[in-house]
Amino acid sequence: MAIKVENLTFVYNPGTALEQCAVNNVSFEIPDGQFVGLIGHTGSGKSTLIQHLNGLVKPTGGKIYYNGEDIYAEGYSLRQLRSKVGLVFQYPEHQLFEVDVISDVCYGPRNLGLSETEARSRAEEALRLVGMKEKYWEQSPFELSGGQKRRVAIAGVLAMNPEVLILDEPTAGLDPKGRDEILNEIAALHEARNMTIILVSHSMEDMARYADRLLVMNHGEKAFDGTPKEVFQHYRELEQMGLAAPQVTYVVHALRERGVEIDEDITTVEEARGALLAALRLQP
Amino acid sequence: MGIIRAEKLVFDYIRRDEEENIEEVDRAIDGLSVDVEKGSFVAILGHNGSGKSTLAKHINAILTPTGGTVWVAEMNTADESKVWEIRKRAGMVFQNPDNQIIGNVVEEDVGFGPENIGVPTDDIWKRVDESLEAVGMTAYRYKSPNKLSGGQKQRVAIAGVMAMRPSCIVLDEPTAMLDPNGRKEVIRTVRELNQKEGITVILITHYMEEVIHADRVIVMDEGKIVMDGTPREIFSRVDELKSYRLDVPQVTELAYELRKAGAEIPEGILSLEEFVGSYMKAYAAQGGRENCADGGQRTDCRSQKEMQ
Repeated sequence: MAIKVENLTFVYNPGTALEQCAVNNVSFEIPDGQFVGLIGHTGSGKSTLIQHLNGLVKPTGGKIYYNGEDIYAEGYSLRQLRSKVGLVFQYPEHQLFEVDVISDVCYGPRNLGLSETEARSRAEEALRLVGMKEKYWEQSPFELSGGQKRRVAIAGVLAMNPEVLILDEPTAGLDPKGRDEILNEIAALHEARNMTIILVSHSMEDMARYADRLLVMNHGEKAFDGTPKEVFQHYRELEQMGLAAPQVTYVVHALRERGVEIDEDITTVEEARGALLAALRLQP
Repeated sequence: MGIIRAEKLVFDYIRRDEEENIEEVDRAIDGLSVDVEKGSFVAILGHNGSGKSTLAKHINAILTPTGGTVWVAEMNTADESKVWEIRKRAGMVFQNPDNQIIGNVVEEDVGFGPENIGVPTDDIWKRVDESLEAVGMTAYRYKSPNKLSGGQKQRVAIAGVMAMRPSCIVLDEPTAMLDPNGRKEVIRTVRELNQKEGITVILITHYMEEVIHADRVIVMDEGKIVMDGTPREIFSRVDELKSYRLDVPQVTELAYELRKAGAEIPEGILSLEEFVGSYMKAYAAQGGRENCADGGQRTDCRSQKEMQ
């Protein structure tokens, strides 16, 4: 078990008038190599939850284990944990600061105490993984497009060689193509290195395409936990929580209500295409 | 002549070295002409770096042209004496609600704009009341903006713009940071302002679903307008849109794929209802009808016949 969260509770400003429970008694386990989607309305506790996973905040109650070890136990190296569990914040490009792309990506591994050559080779590998061509490496990161800046920021975390990669809305503000490119690169990392991915997103369509499993947070509590197909069956409850299902899910349900015999757990355009052509007796 | 008009607009971002010599010129807008009709709802699509935001910033004179001219309500944006009048007419709402809210209380935030231009106090309150009502946030007027959801914050930001009594609102990716409910809330609000108050709306977005109710969709690429038409016209051209790094709503894509594979489904399907309607027609014409003839056991046969 890579990550185990046990009865996690987090309260902001405890004991004051502003006391607010952000995460309420949440438990789950994430095995190595899973691609987990984390969804929930604004303020549902997603960001607070992921900040616990690499020890950025201390829980009010409950425990977090990484590979069986309690990360808040005395003597546990949170520094080491943070090199294993990489966290990419929202709008990570706001954190770029170096004079050129390659130095920015080298910053993390250099801080781990690696030699200049090692840090450089890690950085180069990370930049290749996110599809940043060599011609950009010596450029200032501030002259890149939005999508490229974001890739550099993700490379900065990848250069630490994490086993788990957590991304908080990595595609917000990107154009559709840029969104697909970044998600495909993340999916490729997941495949090639068996990296555990935890992806926070408001795009249900993307979740249906990429995630093995969905965790749904609602008012600080875990509301659903299952495959995207299972979770999106509850689309009416999801709507109550300020969420939704992918548009094709609504198509499928509307057609089924009218008697078209197709599977109810279709969640992607490709699946729907096959099923709807078959129902029309056309060759896919 | 429309409320917003650009003629052969050119804008260069110019980078200079320490001695003020020009190091690099980046042409963000390249000879663009457009005419926006008063009271219309125009959506602008385009990939990151296509020039959408640069164009938006010309509409309320945050930027002024390197070449060509922009008129807002017949006022040339390059005329410095008109800048304040132009900004009153064309309000802007940006992506991140947290960067736009300044008041400690919602009503204070909404009143900030009119107070700044010296509107008399009674009139400020009247405008605050009306603006909050228009965006459906009256119930939250005494709340702290910090306690609101993302969609509510954006509606407060929109109310702040409405309090300036603009004739036009430019929204630059107002829903990029919001959850699905927040997105719906903001888009519903914007449509209502357009329909009930007759406000001209310019909406920049990367969410294709938000565009289907617009009167007109403009697609930008490399600082130029490359597509311009109704949502149905634009979304009928799926391959062309994809070549500009854009996408179509899932139902549009699905309909397009089915049509390509030989299904009798019309071009440019935009909404769930349209999709279901056209698919059921195709279904009834093939398998559905056969099943009916086979004995009419299926409960849906009647409704399918009615739809034909």
